[in-house]
Amino acid sequence: MTRLSNGALHLVLAAWAALVTLPLAWAVLSSLKTDAEIFDSPWTLPSTPHWENWARAWNEASIGRYLLNTVIVVGGALALVMLLGALCAYCLARYEFPGNRLVYYALVAGMLFPVFLALVPLFFVVDQLGMLGTYHGLILVYAAYALPFTVFFLHAFFRSLPSATAEAAFLDGCSHTGVFFRVMLPMARPGMVSVGIFNFLGLWNQYLLPLVLNPDPDRYVLAQGLAALAVSQGYRSDFSGLFAGLIIAILPVLLAYLLFQRQIRAGLTAGAVR
Amino acid sequence: MRHGKYRFLIGALAPPLLLYGVFVVSPYAQAFHLALTDWNGLSAEAGFVGLANFAELWGDPLFLAALRNNGLLLLAVPLATIALALFFAACLTGGGARRKGVRGSGLYRVVYFFPQLLSVAILGVLFQFVYTPGDGLLNGLLGAVGLDALQRSWLADPATALPAVAAVMVWSAVGFYVVLFTAAMDSIPADVVEAATLDGAGRFTLFRRITLPLVRDSVQVAYVYLGILALDGFALVQIMTVGPGGPDNATEVMGLTLYRAAFTYGEFGYAAAMGVTLFFITLTLTALALRATRSERVELA
Repeated sequence: MTRLSNGALHLVLAAWAALVTLPLAWAVLSSLKTDAEIFDSPWTLPSTPHWENWARAWNEASIGRYLLNTVIVVGGALALVMLLGALCAYCLARYEFPGNRLVYYALVAGMLFPVFLALVPLFFVVDQLGMLGTYHGLILVYAAYALPFTVFFLHAFFRSLPSATAEAAFLDGCSHTGVFFRVMLPMARPGMVSVGIFNFLGLWNQYLLPLVLNPDPDRYVLAQGLAALAVSQGYRSDFSGLFAGLIIAILPVLLAYLLFQRQIRAGLTAGAVR
Repeated sequence: MRHGKYRFLIGALAPPLLLYGVFVVSPYAQAFHLALTDWNGLSAEAGFVGLANFAELWGDPLFLAALRNNGLLLLAVPLATIALALFFAACLTGGGARRKGVRGSGLYRVVYFFPQLLSVAILGVLFQFVYTPGDGLLNGLLGAVGLDALQRSWLADPATALPAVAAVMVWSAVGFYVVLFTAAMDSIPADVVEAATLDGAGRFTLFRRITLPLVRDSVQVAYVYLGILALDGFALVQIMTVGPGGPDNATEVMGLTLYRAAFTYGEFGYAAAMGVTLFFITLTLTALALRATRSERVELA
């Protein structure tokens, strides 16, 4: 390998890195400018950083409220799907009973169907249960749609665990529930972390389900709130405020990524090849 | 030992299966039934119309425009994403030739991957501004390098609206597949690469003859996932383009047509028929993609 071609290699790689960072850096810059400065030129630095844009987005544009809604819904759904998914995967992976394969395939088949197919009937199911625009309605639906992948991933994981520890626990008089919670679940931690990251990001970024099932503006999740804001802000033209809202929405994900980038990349790609 | 096995099984399996049955299985099953009716959400009884909804679909200019646009996305997005990702992955690993990859490859992976984590709503809002005619990033950049002639209203021009949406999909997806492909390339045994190099294989031959066949499985997976992404596009189009659906329906996609039919016009039976069509298209493509490359799998002893 010549030095010259290595230089070209780095030039190409750096160009894509720049292409990825540029829109994000520009959005950060714009979130600190006044509207007049934004219209003036995309590249000038703000005269002074206008942090009040961020405050305006947080309070007046309700980004703070949307963030709280998202944390409640995603947190609830994540806890629910991890508990139910792990229980379900464990039973299917470690117990023989009639109908075991049938249940497993019925669950995993859920990954093949596009959500658009279920969308219309799902709206009426949730409506009939009186759960439209409620936290618990969204939590249950989110958890239900994250269940197939969770079971699929953890099923393989529970299968690969050795059975000696569980046998010993049974001999010591541990109950089935006790073996699951005190022996098998702790052993499955690496798998739980991977699928947990995968589910967290998937649920945090949901847009279609809340759009249809969550019509109450007070309960909007972040993705929904931002999109609604982008439409209405077009008329009120508070661009700096909208950029600030955008950055506030990106920041938690960015922070989590910087802290856990290795696990996140490994978790997401492991999910793809399974 | 192990008494109460069935009590435990029932207690553990009943809640997840109930949840799955109510919110996933039952809507999917109802969709197939609903697709054969003319239900508008108000009447108590849905009228059975057989396959009339499906016949109507093939004469609906909006749905046909959506079908065409999803088809174009399906051709362009996976191809462009996989080509770029393979290229960058080969650059990062030296085509599998170097065990440690180029200097800074760790940092490149970190940066490239990040857009994958942004929600489609954030992407939509962000790129709506990137493409804004007056003060948007893209036109600003073009102006800065003297290419003012290329400046245009990217999302308002029927010729550029769909490519603009496709570019966002590619932009956000490339990094994920770079990471996937570099992992596959890193696992190519060193002696295979060495043998080829000793036989006089250049960088390009090495990539074509050794690397590519050995990462074929990952490419196949990528095709399926990117195909599903290209058949969606709903959120980006709904947020980014006017209408939504763009000028002259230039960015109408099936998901949007379905959403509008159901939740704007209340044509629930008709919308369900679109969902069923979308399902069969997805299923066919997945089966095709999985079959196409199966026979050519390379075994490494």
